[in-house]
Amino acid sequence: MPWAGLAAKWAVAMTANATLLEVKHLRVEFPTRRGTLLALDDISFSIAPGEILGVVGESGAGKSLTGAAIIGLLDPPGRIAGGEILLAGQRIDNLPYEQMRRIRGRQIGAIFQDPLTSLNPLYTIGRQLSETIRTHLPMSEEQARARAIKLLQETGIPAAEQRIDQYPHQFSGGMRQRVVIALALAAEPKLIVADEPTTALDVSIQAQIISLLKRVCKEHGAAVMLVTHDMGVIAETCDRVAVMYAGRIAEVGPVAEVIHRPAHPYTVGLMGSIPAMGEERERLAQIDGAMPRLNAIPSGCAFNPRCPKVFDRCKSERPNLVDAGATRAACWLVGSRA
Amino acid sequence: MTALVQVDDLAKVFDVSAPWLNRVIERKPRQFVHAVDGVSFAIEKGRTLALVGESGCGKSTVARLLVGLYGPTRGNVKFDGVDATSLDAAQTRTLRRRMQMIFQDPYASLNPRWKVLDIVAEPIREHGLVTDPGQQRAKVAELLASVGLAAADAEKFPHQFSGGQRQRISIARALATQPEFLVCDEPTSALDVSVQAQVLNIMKDLQRQRGLTYLFISHNLAVVRHVSDQVGVMYLGRLVELADKAHLFSNPRHPYTRMLLDAIPDIHMSGRSRTPVQGEVPNPLNPPTGCAFHPRCPHANARCSSERPAFKAFKGIQVACHAVEEGRI
Repeated sequence: MPWAGLAAKWAVAMTANATLLEVKHLRVEFPTRRGTLLALDDISFSIAPGEILGVVGESGAGKSLTGAAIIGLLDPPGRIAGGEILLAGQRIDNLPYEQMRRIRGRQIGAIFQDPLTSLNPLYTIGRQLSETIRTHLPMSEEQARARAIKLLQETGIPAAEQRIDQYPHQFSGGMRQRVVIALALAAEPKLIVADEPTTALDVSIQAQIISLLKRVCKEHGAAVMLVTHDMGVIAETCDRVAVMYAGRIAEVGPVAEVIHRPAHPYTVGLMGSIPAMGEERERLAQIDGAMPRLNAIPSGCAFNPRCPKVFDRCKSERPNLVDAGATRAACWLVGSRA
Repeated sequence: MTALVQVDDLAKVFDVSAPWLNRVIERKPRQFVHAVDGVSFAIEKGRTLALVGESGCGKSTVARLLVGLYGPTRGNVKFDGVDATSLDAAQTRTLRRRMQMIFQDPYASLNPRWKVLDIVAEPIREHGLVTDPGQQRAKVAELLASVGLAAADAEKFPHQFSGGQRQRISIARALATQPEFLVCDEPTSALDVSVQAQVLNIMKDLQRQRGLTYLFISHNLAVVRHVSDQVGVMYLGRLVELADKAHLFSNPRHPYTRMLLDAIPDIHMSGRSRTPVQGEVPNPLNPPTGCAFHPRCPHANARCSSERPAFKAFKGIQVACHAVEEGRI
C-alpha cells in the first residue's frame, strides 16, 4: 500500500505546517530533600503560527513554569522529567545549552513581568538592542543600530534616535516594557513567550502595551504564548486560552467559549469570582479554599476538595482532557456526559 | 445621615531635596512633592468611599493621613465631628481605637515571629480592652471565626497561611478594637481572583453585620464598582471627580475617569479593540501647569494648560474640569 505511507508523510508535513509550537505530555519536577515535587504534569498544547495562546491560572498553577520550560530557562533543581517540546517540528527540550542559546532570542523571544530587572542598568538601551541583534543576525554595528532605532519607533518610543543612547533608569515603566518588547522582537522570532507583561503596569499603560503587543506580533507574524492571571487581558488579546490548575491544564479552548460557556467547574468558579464592569452583584461567586501546595496535591482530580460538583470518582481517579463542546476540559462531569 | 469622616482641603508635601551638602556644592534646588494637594470628601456612616487612581496619584498617602500615620501639611480630618489633627496624645489614642487600617501586602504586614494569637490580640492588649489572657484567647477565636478561620489557627505562625488567609488575619486584627472606620489600602491587590472574591465577600458581610464605614483604596475599577457606594478619582494628588457609584460608572464626566473606565479590559467584550489614551502620568516633582491632566486630555484647550480647574459641584457630582464646566463635553 504505497498510498498509506504517502498519506502518513503528508499528514506529518501538514501538522508541521499547522503548528509552530507543540508541547506533548510535558512533566517538570523539582527534586527536594523531602521527595520529588511534581510541578507540571502531562501538559499538552500547541500554538499555530501567528496565533495568540493565553495561559491563565492563579499563583502556583504552573503557568510561568510552562513558559520557562519552553524557553529552556528552568531554574535548577527544576528539570523536564518527561514529554517533548517541539518548535516547528524540531525537538528543543533536550538540546545542549549552546544550541538552545542560539534558538532563544532567534526563534523564541521572551518578555518578562518586571521591565526593570529584564534590562541591564549599566548599558544603554541601544547597546543592549544591537548586542541582541548582532548575536543572532549577521549585521554590522551601523546596521544593527539602524534596526534598533526602527524597532524602538515601531514599539512607540518617541524620539527614538535620542533615547536609544539613554539608560534604562531614564525610562518610565511603560517605556521600559516597550524596550523589552523591542528586544524580544529584535531577531524576528517566530514565537514570543510573554510572562505577565502587563502585571507591573498601571491600567492606562497596560492598555497601551496590550494593543502594542497585539499589533507588532501581527505585523511580524509571531505567535505568542501570553501568560497572565488577568482574565480581562486574555479576553482582549488571545485567540485560545488554556486554564491551568495545580500543574495541569483544566480547560483549553477558544477564548469566547471558555469565558461564556466554561465546562470545567474551576473555570466556572474563576469566571464568577471576577468582578465585572457590566453587571451588578451583591456577592461574588467564590471558590472556597486555596490552590493546594505542590507537596499536598489531592489524589484524583486536584480540584476535588474545592469543587462544588465533586462526586466519588473525582477523589480516586484523575480526569484527562476530553472534548467538551467547543473546548476541552479535564473533568469527570464532562467525561460522563460524553 | 451625618458624615463619620470629613476631610477638608487635606494636603501633604514631602521634602525630597538632595542632602544639604549636595545643595550647597552642586547648587541643587530644594524639591517638594505635593503628594496630596487639597483633597476634600466626606464619608457617611456605614458607607464605602473608594479612591481610585494610578500609581503615584496620592491615594495611599490619603489613607495614611486619615489614620494618622502621616501628619497633614494643610487641612484637617474630622472624625465623628472631632478634628483629629488637633488632639493631644491621649485623645488620639482613644480615636485610634475607632479607626483601623488594612494594608496591601499580607506578607509584610504580619510579624513572622509572632503567633496569630499575639498578632490579633495585640490591639486588644495595647488598648487594654480585655486583660484576662483566657478572655483574650476567646476574643481572638471569635474574631478569627468572623473572618472564616478556625480557632485553632491562633496557635500557628503567619508562614503557615496562604495570602488570602493572611489577609483575613489582617482583617481580624483590624476588627479587634471594634472600630467604626476601616481604611483599606489595596487589600486585595496582592491576591488571586478567587481569593480576592473571598476577601471582598467577607468585607461586605462584616460591613453589613457591624455597620462599618470603609475607605477603600484600589487601582482596580471593577473591584471598586463591586464594593463602593461613592467613588473618588485621583490624579497627581488631587481629586478630579467624586460621584455616586451609579453616576460615575454610567456617566463618567472627567476625561481621566473616562480614560480609566475605557482602559479596563472587560472579559465580556471578547475581541473588542480599545483605543488606549496616549501618554503616561507626569513626574509629580514637576507637574504640568493648569490642569495636571491636560497633556493627555483629548479635550484640552488653552485655558486648561494655564488655569487649574476648581473642584466644584456639577449636576449632583463633583468634578474638576474646565471642559465639563463649559459644557464642551
